[in-house]
Amino acid sequence: MTEIFGYPLPVILGQLMLGLVNGSFYAMLSLGLAVIFGLLGVVNFAHGAFYMLGAFAAYIGLETLGINYWFALVLSPLVVGAFGIVLERLFLRHLYKLDPLYGLLLTFGLALIFEGVMRYFYGSSGSSYPVPDALQGVFNLGFMILPIYRAWVIVASITICLGTWFIIERTSLGATLRAATENPRLVQAFGINVPVIVMLTYGAGVGLAALAGVLSAPVIQVSPLMGSSLVVVVFAVVVIGGMGSILGAIVSGLALGMVEGATKVIYPEASNIVVFVIMAIVLVLRPAGLFGRE
Amino acid sequence: MQRSLLIFYIVLVLCGLVAPWLNIYPVYLMTFYSFAIFACAFNLLLGFGGMLSFGHAAYFGLGAYVTSWLTTAQHWGTVPAILAGMATAMLAGLAIGTLAIRRSGIYFAMITLALGQLVYFICLQAPFTGGENGIQGVPRGTLLGLVHLRSDYVMYYFVLALLVLVFLGIRRIVSSPFGQVLKAIRENEPRAISLGYDVNRYKLLVFVLSASIAGLGGSLKALVLGFATLTDVMQGNSGEVILMTLLGGAGTFLGPVVGSGIVVTLQDVLSDRVGSWVTVIIGAIFVLCVLAFRKGIVGEFLAWRQRRAARLRLAPAAAQASPAGQA
Repeated sequence: MTEIFGYPLPVILGQLMLGLVNGSFYAMLSLGLAVIFGLLGVVNFAHGAFYMLGAFAAYIGLETLGINYWFALVLSPLVVGAFGIVLERLFLRHLYKLDPLYGLLLTFGLALIFEGVMRYFYGSSGSSYPVPDALQGVFNLGFMILPIYRAWVIVASITICLGTWFIIERTSLGATLRAATENPRLVQAFGINVPVIVMLTYGAGVGLAALAGVLSAPVIQVSPLMGSSLVVVVFAVVVIGGMGSILGAIVSGLALGMVEGATKVIYPEASNIVVFVIMAIVLVLRPAGLFGRE
Repeated sequence: MQRSLLIFYIVLVLCGLVAPWLNIYPVYLMTFYSFAIFACAFNLLLGFGGMLSFGHAAYFGLGAYVTSWLTTAQHWGTVPAILAGMATAMLAGLAIGTLAIRRSGIYFAMITLALGQLVYFICLQAPFTGGENGIQGVPRGTLLGLVHLRSDYVMYYFVLALLVLVFLGIRRIVSSPFGQVLKAIRENEPRAISLGYDVNRYKLLVFVLSASIAGLGGSLKALVLGFATLTDVMQGNSGEVILMTLLGGAGTFLGPVVGSGIVVTLQDVLSDRVGSWVTVIIGAIFVLCVLAFRKGIVGEFLAWRQRRAARLRLAPAAAQASPAGQA
């Protein structure tokens, strides 16, 4: 059997693939965080909770109404995104003129509320969500076995990330968005309704987190606590990548997922902390982040 | 210190002295005081240093773990074990602080959160922490071999004395020239730099101080309750200390004490009645604090007194009205 540094190749590739799956979630979440922070100046601590709610929306939809995976993929982000918009109107918009730390604290409180409520109804242990029929089975690539669903997650999320990047960087809607990030008052003076853009952006960012939640539902256990540990890693990813850059968020998300996967093969004990260690190293060498500017 | 404020403090300390004899469970009071020390330490960093750390549970937890391990497995005395717990928290604060002060504002918060999580994972996997079980049956030992701390009442006065010491110590730090420079940095960092202050050294020093005092809070909590577990180092604990400080009033001296009293009492009263709704209630208080009263209870009270004093000063009849002091 082929070996690299004494580890069998299929094991390495399998873990790298798993890492890439996790990395796609990091990428989608840090992308949403970056977009929301750019326009609202709010670090959305509830991002992990929205990811969890997205997965739960799919799970509840399937259990109670029999909504299948493909519809959940569309409906869950819409429902959770709409919920995010309601929260933006009710709470967040009061904080835009204040120190960004208040936004962080408010969304932290919201995250606690969502987690507590879901834990009351569904307990702390996870429930499993079935892989849709069309994506069951594996590809046998000869040198490794690749479950179809994992391949689908990676392809789907990279497509979504690049699509978001395209909308923001290459369309006129994105240009308006970027202009509103730079100078909201001037954009308002051109007759564009900036508060509505802000509201929809928050909804879109939250929807993106929910979409990541639906994609992740069949690969991990759907549980109320699935978001709270993830959001910390995503924060570290954002610090490493630098919050200013969309592509930076995507690339560092995917790369760190793979590094985590590789660590699981080489030194499993450190796989939980490797992202934080990398963050510490980046802070020493390039405090603004790999893609950030200051 | 104003005379009226001094009298107020003396009354508070007297209340503390008689409290265990008023049919209030001493262990509950001691838990409250341990968290009050933790919150005072956190407030030193947030309220007076202007830095929001989202990973302060790391220092609290390290203090708790190191003290517990030294007293149970290594049979150290209580006081050396507490000092070692504080020293460990201080070293962790030095390492994490050095990294975190390279960024400010929300990045600072995210970095401290991530590094706090790093400490959590280390505690989860390190051989001496007992993993998921934690360290149980921590003995309270003696106070330098003189007095046994087994009795709740003796232990109570020990913890109360330390809380008073921490409280006065922080007042002293804040009113010292060092504290004044900190204030200048918080208000306008570029200006402080241009005045020639080595801003990063000041920030690091207050971070390390805060971490060591947080470690003291953790050590005491472990001795009072007799265990150190993963809950002490978890993200949720970092959130709670933020809430205590925010609810009581960040940047006021008494705020963290008031806030920790409320949060500890809430948890004590609610946890067996409403179960997992405690998290929801804590989250709701967070939202309420941020939206409705950002100054916190003590902060709002001081602001109210200041407004009233200003009104009285305008009225000619009230020429003798005293200016508002700081509680």
